[in-house]
Amino acid sequence: MKEILELLRKNAKLTAKDIAKSLKKNVSSVEGTIAKLEKKGVILGYKAIIDENKIKDFNPVRAIIEVQVAPKRNLGFDYIAKRIYKFPEVRTCYLVSGAYELQLVVEGKDIHRVAEFVAEKLAPLEGVKGTVTHFFLKKYKEDGVIFGKKDENHRMNISL
Amino acid sequence: MKINVSKKSASITPSGIREFFDLVLGMEDIISLGIGEPDFVTPWNICEAGIYALEKGYTSYTSNQGLLSFRKTIAQYLKKKYNLGYHPEKEILITVGTSEAYDLAIRALINPSDEVLIPEPSYVSYYSVTQLAGGKPKYLSTHETGFKVTPKMLQEAISNKTKILLLNYPSNPTGITYTVNELKNIAKIVKANNLIVISDEIYGDLTYDFQHTPFASISGMQSHTVYINGFSKAYAMTGWRVGYACGPENVIDAMNRIHQYTMLCAPIMSQMAAQEALINGDNACLEMKKEYKRRREYVISRLGEMGFTFPYPAGAFYIFASVKNTGLTGKEFSCRLLKEKKVAVVPGVAFGTEFKNKYYIRVCYTTEFEKLKKALNKIEQFLKEL
Repeated sequence: MKEILELLRKNAKLTAKDIAKSLKKNVSSVEGTIAKLEKKGVILGYKAIIDENKIKDFNPVRAIIEVQVAPKRNLGFDYIAKRIYKFPEVRTCYLVSGAYELQLVVEGKDIHRVAEFVAEKLAPLEGVKGTVTHFFLKKYKEDGVIFGKKDENHRMNISL
Repeated sequence: MKINVSKKSASITPSGIREFFDLVLGMEDIISLGIGEPDFVTPWNICEAGIYALEKGYTSYTSNQGLLSFRKTIAQYLKKKYNLGYHPEKEILITVGTSEAYDLAIRALINPSDEVLIPEPSYVSYYSVTQLAGGKPKYLSTHETGFKVTPKMLQEAISNKTKILLLNYPSNPTGITYTVNELKNIAKIVKANNLIVISDEIYGDLTYDFQHTPFASISGMQSHTVYINGFSKAYAMTGWRVGYACGPENVIDAMNRIHQYTMLCAPIMSQMAAQEALINGDNACLEMKKEYKRRREYVISRLGEMGFTFPYPAGAFYIFASVKNTGLTGKEFSCRLLKEKKVAVVPGVAFGTEFKNKYYIRVCYTTEFEKLKKALNKIEQFLKEL
């Protein structure tokens, strides 16, 4: 099961047939395992990794936002986190250790939308003590994938 | 004036597939399953160690034998991994790739007309390097014995001129390797006949189904063996050119005496990068191995479905498949596959005699999965159109 997940995490386009052959299993058992993982919510979805810089008008503005929040009695940070991550503008939300509690990645059509979201939605929330916004300037690497021009393969076509 | 080259250099048999090679090298947009080196680039921590060495001004010679601290690292590594004990100051020599280690070992050991037994099919260099050194290479055909050297075949091939047995396992081009028991049986013959074994174990870390056993670790064999290894395959470091040889003190000393006049030393920055590979490269090596293993299963399964037969490749990244039932020779198959489908494989004759290897091809799976799949689809199509 873990091996199947490992393969799909690297390449979600792999078919059950490919996976079965690579792991020396039969196709129906691989299909069964994947179906189970989807049903149990281990696999939540599949999506493409897109280098947005390479297409026009497909480049939303993103910012990392550090949010200082106060925990709630009996609920800890989960309550305030949920209030925040439910906004569709929030693409990512982590509880982290250190000088602030929640780290978000917020997305908007342009810089004003993001600023607006912070000023009007995020900062006024009860329990939010402060925010620091860092706009993304350039994406070099995300989730193990390097963006930009791929290094060329310098091997010769054939060697013994 | 036309310069006459030496008879010796002229005597080296040119590869029968040179034309095919030139053809492949000149082509664009092909998918090559003919590349005998990893498709991964060197893991970054290793590259970084090389860069650091340059930044720090390590651009000089090292001692002929190689950096002592590197040799110590190798000694520790072999001790820990295989319980093989080699003295870093006397029994280890750093070479420019495993190829140089083989050349030095042969030159240090061979007297004119001494025989070297070389399993066939095998990597191309062993035969020619032996010839260059004035030795007599003698092929042991393994085609009828599952591509493995057997004690019987060995016993039959040994003459009073036989001095060396070359072993290369896991093997290029077949991917076969030996179990401990098989090695023990070979060791008996080696011992009884006082043979020296040059054991090229460059693919040792790429053994997929069981733990690799160095020949030198078989009881009584360390004093019979020159163990050669390198960093090119397991750590994806082909271009760095670092290998090493371990063996009895007098042999390593003799090899070093040749090495000091011909190569001087391996590049210092490469030695430093390779040391990093041994110290912190395990993870990257395991990740690559995992990927090769999956590809291996995939290729075995696909080629099997297409009706190819081949020895089970327990290691390295090669499959040596027979194309006999297509009615084509390996060379014809490779040329047509290249022209009609733009997929490159290597004709089997590159790895030994025309007679024995005529109907084989070598397929490497050092290509990323999606391309590998595409290439195999094309081979499948090619077979249908035959």
